[in-house]
Amino acid sequence: MSRYLSILWTFARACLVRDMTFRANFVLECVTSLGWMAMNLAFYLLVFQFTPEIGAGTGWSKAPFFAFVATGMIINSVVQALFMPSAEELTELVRTGGLDAVLVRPLDAQFLLSMHRVDFSSLANGFVGIGLLAWAVPRLDQPPPPIAWAVYPMLILCGVAILYGLIIMLAAATILMGRNQSLYDFWFYITNFSRYPAEIYAGPWGGPLRAACTFVIPILLVVNVPARVIAQPLTGQAWWPVSGTILAALATLVISRRVFQSALAKYRSASS
Amino acid sequence: MSQAGATGEDVAGLFVARRPLAGLRTWFTMLAICIEERLVYRGDFIVGTLMRFLPIVTQIFLWTAVFAATSRPDIAGYSRNDIVAYYLLTMVTRAFSSMPGLSGGIARSIRDGSVKKYLVQPVDYVSFLLAARVAHKLVYYLVALLPFGLVFFLCRSYLPPVPDVATILAFLASLVMSFLLGFFMEAALGMLGFWFLEVSSLMFAYMLVQYLLSGHMFPLDMLAGIPTGLPNVSLAEVVRWLPFHYTAYFPAAVWLGKIRGPELTASLVAEAVWVVVMIVVCRLAWWRGTRRWSAFGG
Repeated sequence: MSRYLSILWTFARACLVRDMTFRANFVLECVTSLGWMAMNLAFYLLVFQFTPEIGAGTGWSKAPFFAFVATGMIINSVVQALFMPSAEELTELVRTGGLDAVLVRPLDAQFLLSMHRVDFSSLANGFVGIGLLAWAVPRLDQPPPPIAWAVYPMLILCGVAILYGLIIMLAAATILMGRNQSLYDFWFYITNFSRYPAEIYAGPWGGPLRAACTFVIPILLVVNVPARVIAQPLTGQAWWPVSGTILAALATLVISRRVFQSALAKYRSASS
Repeated sequence: MSQAGATGEDVAGLFVARRPLAGLRTWFTMLAICIEERLVYRGDFIVGTLMRFLPIVTQIFLWTAVFAATSRPDIAGYSRNDIVAYYLLTMVTRAFSSMPGLSGGIARSIRDGSVKKYLVQPVDYVSFLLAARVAHKLVYYLVALLPFGLVFFLCRSYLPPVPDVATILAFLASLVMSFLLGFFMEAALGMLGFWFLEVSSLMFAYMLVQYLLSGHMFPLDMLAGIPTGLPNVSLAEVVRWLPFHYTAYFPAAVWLGKIRGPELTASLVAEAVWVVVMIVVCRLAWWRGTRRWSAFGG
């Protein structure tokens, strides 16, 4: 384990050195990433010009909703920084046969393929998320109890783990298909469902969609559960989703690992 | 001139306009090539087009929740159904005005030197790109008809009744002009590559501005109540002075009957003026750029 941590540290340091070699580009990437985030926040502010909350009686008024958005920003920034840059390179590695060179190295292939590149500029959104959370929490009707703050970081990690598992399964699909250029698009469209509170998915179409995005692809647990722990009163029933999220994170990691291993077993080199 | 294939000669003929029939043949050849390219990955293409509607699913649920929590019958003149219809119609508009890869391709050809062939051949680069883009779009509509038709059929209860003929004609005119506006804006942006070696950050900034101010995110009428500091001028009015809203908001608003009568005529004229302005800017950028450009690459 310590060997892998040390290698991860080396990867991160190398990526940071590279980023700092092109400082202006790094700053621009941070600015553009923040610009995208600012635009989304402006949209949410606009929505709250017309409504006191998202969904009648859901409790997602302005401050809780921005705590929700902040949680999403923190989780997504970690995923975007640590895993997405490597996953994006996988398509070309499979297509060109570059994956062969990874497989012969004396390291775990999943570790190498999913964590060899770190994008530090994506962490900028995470810092904005922490700032937004600091703005939203004092404006909540009820301040989060200490137990909520104790559970929150763990649930953030669970959210990251679920998203990581989904990335690994998409990566496995890339290995099986030989080419999957729409991997990033698909990722964007799937995670799009986690951007809003689960309560908005109601009615004859929304109910089944909510169930599918909770129990089949647990994308709705990623942001909803940690955000709810902070932004809404932590009653007895709230512990069910908390335990469900921990289980879903563990299950996603195990299943994605198996799917990835089985995809690797079916991999046929594209190189000569 | 290259003798390697008929394309170079045909294209030259097309743009020099000495042989109109040969030019016409080239158009069809380009179209046929584009169709073949697209149809190779038709399954992936159809699924990809369908997937682009997924964010609308979220928007439908979001705005349904917003309307459920407010006592308003409408927001900025849009009922819930209007808003859903608006998002669907902006998908149609973006299918005309979005130009994926255009500015990046131009900037790359300037950077790697491949643009030089258009300087020594009797082929006008901008016209060639325009012709290729028309062919690309025609094929896109042909293949995307199925997913678009399916989504519009499933969402038919949100759509308003078909408007009168005059509105439909205005809508079609606005779509054609949104295509031209989108093309010449992106082409002009790509030509900044003559002055800056790397323009990817500028393109991303443009994409952000375009996404926000085009009305892709929300109907721009929602900005009507937001002050700008100028007396009696709201943010919505400032956005309407800019060309971006013609690439998403305007055609959708025309179909939904949000812009009518003299305002519609004035807006169509203004859109035509923006198209001419962007053609001039693009031509000027090409003319000035090619005069300062030095060839890189072998």
